[in-house]
Amino acid sequence: MNMDASHDQILLTPDPLELAAAVARVTDASAGGIAVFLGITRSENNVDGQSLLTLDYDVHPEMARAQLADLARHARDRWHISRLAILHRTGCVAVGEPSVLIAVSTPHRAEAFEACKWLIDTLKAEAAIWKKEIWADGTSTWVHPNL
Amino acid sequence: MRITVRFFALIRDRAGVPQTDLVLEPGTAVAGAVKIIGERFPDLAPLLPRIGYAVNQAYVDRTTVLRDGDELALIPPVSGG
Repeated sequence: MNMDASHDQILLTPDPLELAAAVARVTDASAGGIAVFLGITRSENNVDGQSLLTLDYDVHPEMARAQLADLARHARDRWHISRLAILHRTGCVAVGEPSVLIAVSTPHRAEAFEACKWLIDTLKAEAAIWKKEIWADGTSTWVHPNL
Repeated sequence: MRITVRFFALIRDRAGVPQTDLVLEPGTAVAGAVKIIGERFPDLAPLLPRIGYAVNQAYVDRTTVLRDGDELALIPPVSGG
């Protein structure tokens, strides 16, 4: 497998995620396919009929960053990855804005799709990142499945 | 020995602080530290059996023995992405 991870981008940032910059980052002469996943804050209504304004993300910064770097390593062990980028927002992400961006380039497209799907699924299941829903009436709800 | 305990998300809101230090007997495991946290932060006590724990940024089980200078992070169910 391609073990040159020196161009990989792992980033937790309060700033807006830039799709074009991430695609440019994973573009590589060896790669015939790039798969990109963008996770977007979706419009919701709570049981009181309030609409969602924004998500507010909390992270354990050192742990989440190490976990995302681990995910990148595991993906590289499993697929032929030319370059990859994993970016996640911190703080407030308004409805309609991306909170997470994963971009993977591989020589052939099948591996790009597979690696991208595995990365987002595993990030969501494991990374030390939490979202709080902020509703139009000013109330908020932490999202902690099964707590 | 002394460890640092870090709180996140709902746990931090309930604790009212982002972190605290604990002085423990040498050889104390995560479970022993969790018991003290529950006594010091009663609002957290009902949640403590239902969350995960990480020592120095790696998930552990509650039998893991702590060492001086460790960071113990309380990790409620995650919801990134």
